[in-house]
Amino acid sequence: MYAQQIKTGARRLKSLAEMEPQERAFQEHVDAGSKIEPKDWMPDGYRKTLIRQISQHAHSEIVGQLPEANWISRAPTLERKAILLAKVQDEAGHGLYLYCAAETLGISRDQMLEQLHNGQAKYSSIFNYPTLTWADVGMIGWLVDGAAIMNQVPLQRCSYGPYSRAMVRVCKEESFHQRQGYDSLIKLCRHGTAAQKEMAQDALNRWWWPALMMFGPPDGESVHSAQSMAWKIKQNTNDELRQKFVDQTVPQADYLGLEVPDPDLRWNDARGSYDFGEIDWEEFHRVLGGDGPCNRQRLEDRVRAWEDGAWFRDGLMAHANKKADQKSLGRADAA
Amino acid sequence: MMSEWPLWEIFIRGQHGGSHRHVGSLHAPDAEKAILNARDVYTRRNEGVSIWAVRAGDITASAPGDKGPLFEPSNSKVYRHPTFFDIPDDVGAM
Repeated sequence: MYAQQIKTGARRLKSLAEMEPQERAFQEHVDAGSKIEPKDWMPDGYRKTLIRQISQHAHSEIVGQLPEANWISRAPTLERKAILLAKVQDEAGHGLYLYCAAETLGISRDQMLEQLHNGQAKYSSIFNYPTLTWADVGMIGWLVDGAAIMNQVPLQRCSYGPYSRAMVRVCKEESFHQRQGYDSLIKLCRHGTAAQKEMAQDALNRWWWPALMMFGPPDGESVHSAQSMAWKIKQNTNDELRQKFVDQTVPQADYLGLEVPDPDLRWNDARGSYDFGEIDWEEFHRVLGGDGPCNRQRLEDRVRAWEDGAWFRDGLMAHANKKADQKSLGRADAA
Repeated sequence: MMSEWPLWEIFIRGQHGGSHRHVGSLHAPDAEKAILNARDVYTRRNEGVSIWAVRAGDITASAPGDKGPLFEPSNSKVYRHPTFFDIPDDVGAM
């Protein structure tokens, strides 16, 4: 997902009986479905896991602006351009909600940005793929935001209050993102030329598998996944959400008249779900590890944006300090 | 990295009256910019008609550990709730 492969520091799950009283009280609070708030006591691993997950989620929103920004100046109509601008602005907003949620856990904004810029923190593998044609922008809305919604809806019930509240805001806005993407694909596929439809098919061929990888590797055996679920940070396994996404998305591809690029994809009556082919996890690990088609470019762009903006941030701060000084001087004079 | 902009807590009053409600926080160099940033971050869909920005450091919060002493006294005063009193049906709506 936007946060993939989050380590919890756990070797195995502790039972309530093995926990110290403070941790047991915490776990019982979580088990009862109550929220944990910033000043409440929490296990160190819970705090660290949340910082990793929320910052990775925030970085994904911020880096996620880049592939789409590529098309703001190239959008086919003024209306599409305005819609895309609004969507990209939303992504910036989502990043900001999430950074603030992470900051309540005791990490600073600058620390998080430093971890992103020096490669220590990850962001979703999906944003390391290029946007080659206008159809890619539609694909990102439909598939990438569609997969994000699948993951973010249950995150609204996350045990950590600030994260859960940030997710409520994000989810309210995310549906627009998916719909605008699908709407632009309807135009290409059902009202467009053969060449436009072919462009959409090509985009689906390139985005389908990376979209499925967004949910992360199968985590049935993973102690980190089990620990995250015990802490109610995570509500579903990666495979559950991936299956739900496939089941929802295949009929939408059918409506567009596009073919999902998976020869093994077929409806399984007994399961009431689609069976689908093997995901190339080698590719996933490569891209997440920094060696995807656009990793270096994405990170360079982020670092450059941060460095190019330094004079502006410093200037505004200097101005604010000067005004504050003048105000306190004025007060001293009056007294 | 240079000094980080201070943190502000943002409160918005919605369209239909009611009080300002906390919606989240953001960084800004001063109060004026905090309001402008809050406009962009928290009211992109016409969510409000008024914004308050408060320096996060200026907020005093109750400590979670004080939950007992702070809120317990109200538990014993159930007569503060109207349902504590039985009013005969014959009296009519009250």
